[in-house]
Amino acid sequence: MKRIFLGLLLLGIFAAILIPSLFKEPYRPPLLSQLREKYHKKASKSADHSKFLPLQKPFTRPQEVTEACISCHNQRHIEVMKSSHWNWERLEYVTGKGIRAIGKKNILNNFCIGIASNEAACNKCHIGFGFKDASFDFQNPLNVDCLSCHDLSNTYLKASGGAGMPDPSVNLNIVAQSVGRPTRNNCGTCHFFGGGGNNVKHGDLEMALFDTEREIDVHMGTDGVDLSCVDCHTAKNHQMLGKVYSLSSMNRDRVQCEQCHTDKPHQQTILNRHGIKVACQTCHIPTYAKVNPTKMEWDWSTAGNLKNGEPYEEKDSLGMVAYTSLKGTFTWARNVKPEYLWFNGTATHVLLGEPINPTQVVKINELFGSYRDPEAKIIPVKIHRAVQPYDKKYNYLVQPKTYSVTKGDSGFWNDFDWQKAIQAGMQHLGLPYSGDYGFVKTEMTWPINHMVAPKSQALSCVECHSRENSRLAALTDFYLPARDRNYWIDHIGKGLIIFTIIAVILHTLLRIYHSTKNQARRDV
Amino acid sequence: MRIYIYRRFERFWHWMQALLVMLLMLTGFEVHGSYTFFGYENAVHYHQIFAIAYLILVVFAIFWHLVTGEWRQYLPTLQNIRAQLDYYLFGIFRNAPHPTRKTALSKLNPLQRIVYFGFKVLVIPVMGLSGILYLFYRYPQQYETLPFGFVGIKSIAYWHTAGAFVLVAFLIAHLYLITTGTTIFSNLKAMITGYEEVTDHHPTSDSQKQEEVVI
Repeated sequence: MKRIFLGLLLLGIFAAILIPSLFKEPYRPPLLSQLREKYHKKASKSADHSKFLPLQKPFTRPQEVTEACISCHNQRHIEVMKSSHWNWERLEYVTGKGIRAIGKKNILNNFCIGIASNEAACNKCHIGFGFKDASFDFQNPLNVDCLSCHDLSNTYLKASGGAGMPDPSVNLNIVAQSVGRPTRNNCGTCHFFGGGGNNVKHGDLEMALFDTEREIDVHMGTDGVDLSCVDCHTAKNHQMLGKVYSLSSMNRDRVQCEQCHTDKPHQQTILNRHGIKVACQTCHIPTYAKVNPTKMEWDWSTAGNLKNGEPYEEKDSLGMVAYTSLKGTFTWARNVKPEYLWFNGTATHVLLGEPINPTQVVKINELFGSYRDPEAKIIPVKIHRAVQPYDKKYNYLVQPKTYSVTKGDSGFWNDFDWQKAIQAGMQHLGLPYSGDYGFVKTEMTWPINHMVAPKSQALSCVECHSRENSRLAALTDFYLPARDRNYWIDHIGKGLIIFTIIAVILHTLLRIYHSTKNQARRDV
Repeated sequence: MRIYIYRRFERFWHWMQALLVMLLMLTGFEVHGSYTFFGYENAVHYHQIFAIAYLILVVFAIFWHLVTGEWRQYLPTLQNIRAQLDYYLFGIFRNAPHPTRKTALSKLNPLQRIVYFGFKVLVIPVMGLSGILYLFYRYPQQYETLPFGFVGIKSIAYWHTAGAFVLVAFLIAHLYLITTGTTIFSNLKAMITGYEEVTDHHPTSDSQKQEEVVI
């Protein structure tokens, strides 16, 4: 009876250890070769555009190309003209501010600040021809630039300062006959260079991705699965999935890792459970700006210093421009550990003309979320900190005119005169300017989603679960095992242990003392 | 005089519990962030395995105590408790005899009874319950309510940590008190072999037989 009982118990304990591993689905990670088979081989084109007659006639103006496109694809332009790529604004509910049409058209940032009065330069990246000021006709289908996204010849180029017109050197016939599904080259031409240079804005989108390795980007590495942007950023009727919260406000149309990976991607349940509160990116993107530096700080207040009446540049240890008379002082960084925050998919923005508090750091965009919010997860972000001009009387951020072709046209990059530049920019926007400008500290928050590392580089537990140097040190609204403890429980607990040890030692000493005394007495 | 005090299951249970509790402490305080030993991921993993093994042991132990009636050993009594305290505080230094005698029918002294009883109704349930909640804690998913959703991981962890400190203090005191038997090693020997040397105690052979029958 006893033996049976003991046997049963032993069996039970062993079963507790062994059964879970017996019943666990053997985990078979997808082989790289299988993934390559699935994604690397792209479907061949269903049509060879070089054979189509409408594309044979010599094009002189880009609008003629669009006309030719529409002659067959006679509904697509309608879709394109509904997209944010075209409108540079979208109707969204902005928390606390109601439904607003916001986008590149009317939101200021803390990099080059804004497009207003600078359209000729900034709107090079608009998918239209000639968006040079408010007079641009958003209703004219012939203004749609199909080629910027669909050119596969890699010869299409938009002109600098051309407000979206192609460079005169482009052979439009070669481009028109090469069109197809957008590649990373099409997207990257604009999205890798936001903020006026490679990797300036995002930190996780840069020209290294044109041709990269698995080690840098596990998805886009050409030695790996070799995904292109549109494999994740799918588009139904030209409405691309995914958006960035420098301009967006609502929790919709987001690209999710779960689209492919499901919400239980790990072998270990405990890791899958983390996914309820922690975004995939948090552990799987340990650092950003892995290849080329990204801009972390931008101080406009130092801009405009001249040497012998001429603008000049200074470089930092990374070989990046640390000061330029045109834009001020920069800080660059490479392999940056992200900052972390709770994010529920909604955000707010400082709208044009909205009052700010210049005594505090102005959050140009603010991402919402907290531990208590069931929709919120911890995400990694890049925070870009800047010092930029504002109107001291009206207390709002101002739009300077930075770009101009010639001197004397108020453009700061030619005239180096804030007064004139702000005057011109604000006039362009139709907002009053008091003539009294100052500089205010601002912050922009950029979620980090790209350049996901291979799983071998994912964060280990102690990156967050540790008392010192936890990556989540700034998120204090929840209990994180190993990082957190209750001061009183820990101190009273330690006190109890120390008290016990002291009591044991004292008792032992007394026993030894008395036993030797008793021994001595007996000996006497 | 050798008497049979601890039965086979009891000894097995005791040593298995000792092993598991110490392993749970070692891994548990690493999860708490007190030190690094196994590595965090391993510590969490091992702690879970030891915890489940321990829970199974507890189930068997409860069953054994109930069917053998041995649970009565833990009923606290105020009788002789003063004498027992006096012994530890004064008598032991004078080489005074133990105030209570250990038999198979009463193997715990009054102080042990009270402390172990406290453990069984307070510390172990708190550790077990908070441990189970910790183990199965899951944040509510979107639009989902959980039966224990209202219990935050914070309070669960606080209870579990507080209990752990008490257990460590208990373990230290317990290890020391082993040495306060008739001789320094007599208690330890009893827990290993089941038999203890007892002086000036003459149980009738009848009662010993009776005890064997109880099993």
